[in-house]
Amino acid sequence: MALIEIKDLHASVADKPILKGINLTIKPGEVHAIMGPNGSGKSTLSNVLAGNEAYVKTAGQVLFDGKDIDDLAAHERACAGMFLAFQYPVEIAGISNMYFLKAAVNAVRKYQGKDQLDAMEFLDLIEEKKKVVQIRDDLLARAVNSGFSGGEKKRNEIFQMAMLEPKLGILDETDSGLDIDALRVVADGVNALRSPDRGFLVITHYQRLLDYIVPDFVHVLVDGQIVKSGGKELALSLEDEGYASWVEEKGA
Amino acid sequence: MKIEDEKSFDELTDKEYKYGFVTDIESESLPPGLNEDIVRQISKRKEEPEWLTDWRVKAYHHWTTLEEPTWAKVEFPPIDYQALSYYSAPKQKIDAPQSLDDVDPELLETYKKLGIPLGEQEVLAGVATVAVDAVFDSVSVATTFKKNLEEMGIIFGSFSDAVKEHPELVKKYLGTVVPYKDNYYATLNSAVFSDGSFCYIPPGVRCPMELSTYFRINAANTGQFERTLLVADEGAYVSYLEGCTAPQRDENQLHAAVVELVAHKDAQIKYSTVQNWYPGDKDGKGGIYNFVTKRGHCRGDNSKISWTQVETGSAITWKYPSCILKGDNSIGEFYSVAVTNNMQQADTGTKMIHVGKNTSSTIISKGISAGKAQNTYRGQVKVVETAENARNFSQCDSMLIGGKCGAHTFPYIDISNPSAQVEHEATTTKIGEDQIFYCNQRGLDTEEAVSMIVNGFCKEVFKELPMEFAVEAQKLLGISLEGSVG
Repeated sequence: MALIEIKDLHASVADKPILKGINLTIKPGEVHAIMGPNGSGKSTLSNVLAGNEAYVKTAGQVLFDGKDIDDLAAHERACAGMFLAFQYPVEIAGISNMYFLKAAVNAVRKYQGKDQLDAMEFLDLIEEKKKVVQIRDDLLARAVNSGFSGGEKKRNEIFQMAMLEPKLGILDETDSGLDIDALRVVADGVNALRSPDRGFLVITHYQRLLDYIVPDFVHVLVDGQIVKSGGKELALSLEDEGYASWVEEKGA
Repeated sequence: MKIEDEKSFDELTDKEYKYGFVTDIESESLPPGLNEDIVRQISKRKEEPEWLTDWRVKAYHHWTTLEEPTWAKVEFPPIDYQALSYYSAPKQKIDAPQSLDDVDPELLETYKKLGIPLGEQEVLAGVATVAVDAVFDSVSVATTFKKNLEEMGIIFGSFSDAVKEHPELVKKYLGTVVPYKDNYYATLNSAVFSDGSFCYIPPGVRCPMELSTYFRINAANTGQFERTLLVADEGAYVSYLEGCTAPQRDENQLHAAVVELVAHKDAQIKYSTVQNWYPGDKDGKGGIYNFVTKRGHCRGDNSKISWTQVETGSAITWKYPSCILKGDNSIGEFYSVAVTNNMQQADTGTKMIHVGKNTSSTIISKGISAGKAQNTYRGQVKVVETAENARNFSQCDSMLIGGKCGAHTFPYIDISNPSAQVEHEATTTKIGEDQIFYCNQRGLDTEEAVSMIVNGFCKEVFKELPMEFAVEAQKLLGISLEGSVG
C-alpha cells in the first residue's frame, strides 16, 4: 500500500490558488524529491499535507496510510506518523526542548495506543537517538529553538524526527540557510533514518542537498503542478539547465 | 480540511467549573442589610470583647462616609450593599467544633470533594506537610494539626478562637497594617468580618509545615468577609497557602477580605494564593467580585515578605498585595500570574513602599488574557526620603490569546530619594498560530499546546510556589484557558 497518495490536489493561500492539481504517490522505503523555483508551491504542498490551517485544500484527495487526511486534524496527522521538518522552526520561550519532546513523544504514543514513557525510559530513548542524530545536551536543555543558530534549528528538527519515528518525513527546504557542514549533518541524520518502511518527501530549491540525500524519484514543481518526474539524474540536469525552460514553457 | 475545531472549542469553553457544586447544609444567616445593629449582632454572636465591638462600629460609621472607588479598570453594575447578608454560618453545635467528630459530615464531604484534607491520619505516617484551616462561608470549620503546632508555640486557627484565646495578640496587631480607615472594602471588612485565620509564630521558630487556609463560599446572597492576621516574631519563618472556590451561581457574590502580615526583625513570611473563585459563565453572568486588601509590614530589620499569587477565578479581581519595607535591609517580593478568560476582568498588582535603608523589592507579574477579558497590572513603587539605597526590579509581561482581549499596564513610580535604583521592564506577546501549528505538528493538540506555552510563560512565578501548589496551579491554568484559542 502507498504511504501517501496525492490525487489532483488543489490548494489556496488567502484565496489565491497555489497548487493546481498535484498527483504524487510515495511508497514505503522511497525518497522523493520535489524541486522547483521560488513561488512554485513547494512550501504550500508541505503545509497543506501537514494540516496548517492557513493553507486551504480546495479540491482533490490525499490518502495518508490509507486514511483521507480531511478526517484528521494537524496533531492527528502527526500522531499517525506524518512529520514535517519546518523550513523555519518556531521558537517557544520557557519550554525546554527536552520537556517539549517528551510531551510530543507521549502524545504520539498515546494516539498509537502505546504506554507513556516515564522520565527514565524517555532519557534512554534520547541516548539511543543521539547515536543516530548527534545533538548537544545544552540544546536539549534550552527552550525550544530559542537562540539556536540556523544549523542548530535544523539539526533539532531532524533529531525530533528521529525521536518521533514517523512513517513519512517531509523536509521543507531543510537545506536553506545551511553551510556545507551543517548540510552534511542533516543529510547524515536523514540517511540514518531511511528504512524500508519509512518514506521521505524532500523539498528543495537546490540540487546540492540531493548529493547527500540521494532520492529515488525527482519531481519538478512549477506553478503549482508537477511538470516532469524522473530519477535522480533529473536533479543533475536541472542543476545544469535551471528552471528557466520549464517556467517559460508553462508561461507560453 | 477544516477540522471541527470551532465546534470543539465552543464545547470546551462551556466546560463546567469543577467546584461549582452547592452543599446542602442548614445555615444560620443574619437578615440582609447593613446597619450598626447588624454589626453589633455579628460581634455579639461571636462573643467578642467590647474593644473589638467598638472597633467594628467605628469602621462601620467610617464606611458610611466613603464612596466605592472607581479608579480601577473594571466595570460592573452598582452593588446593593443592603441586599447582602453579612453573616452566614453552617448550623451546628453552638460552640466551635472541638474535633473533627463534631463537624457536620456534609461539610467534611464538601472539603473531601475539593481535595482538601481535613483528617489528621497523615501525621501518623509522618508525611503531613500542610496544616489546614477550613473556612466555610464565614466560619472556620476545622483546623488540623493544631496540637502539633502548639507544642512549638505556634498559634494557628480561626480568627474567632484567637480573639477568645489570645485577645492581647489580636488587639496588639489587628488593624496595624491595614487600618480600618484604609479603603472602602477594607473598612467594610473591618465592620463585618466574620472569621478567618490567625497565625502567630514565636521568636526563632521555623514553622515545620505549610499552613493553609481554604476558603469556600457556599450560601447564596452572602458576602464573605474574612480576615487573616499573620505575625512572624523575631527570626521566625512561615510559609502560608490560601486557596478558594465557590459554587456556581447566577448572581454575583461579594468577597472582600483583608490580610495583614507582620514580619518582625529577621523574620520571613511567604504567602501563596491560588484563587479559583467561580469566574461567571462565558457571557459574564454570575461570578465572584473579589475585592481584597492584602498588605505586609516588614516591621523589623532584615525581614522579608514574599507574595505569590495565581489568580484564575473571579468575575472581577481587585487586589494589590503590598509590602511596606520599614525595617532596614528588608525585602519585599511579589510574584503574580493573573489569568482572565471570557468576560473576566482583573485589575491587580502590588505596592512596594520603601521606608528603611537598603530595602529591596522584586515584582514579577505575568498577565494572561483570553476571550473578551481585560487584564490590568497596576503597581506602585514608592521610595520615601528615608529609604537610602533602595532597589526595585519590576517585570510585567502580558500574553494575549486571540484578538478580542486586552492587556494594560499602569506602573506608578514615585521616588523621593536620589540614591534609589528602580528598574521596570515590560513585554507583551501573543500566542502565535505558528507556535500552535508547530506543536500540533509534533502531535500535541491545541489545548495541550496552549497550556504548555502558557506554563512556560509563567514559569518564573510557578517556581516560587510550594510544590503541591505549583502542580495545582499548572492544572488550573490549563482548565482556565481551555477553549481560548479558536
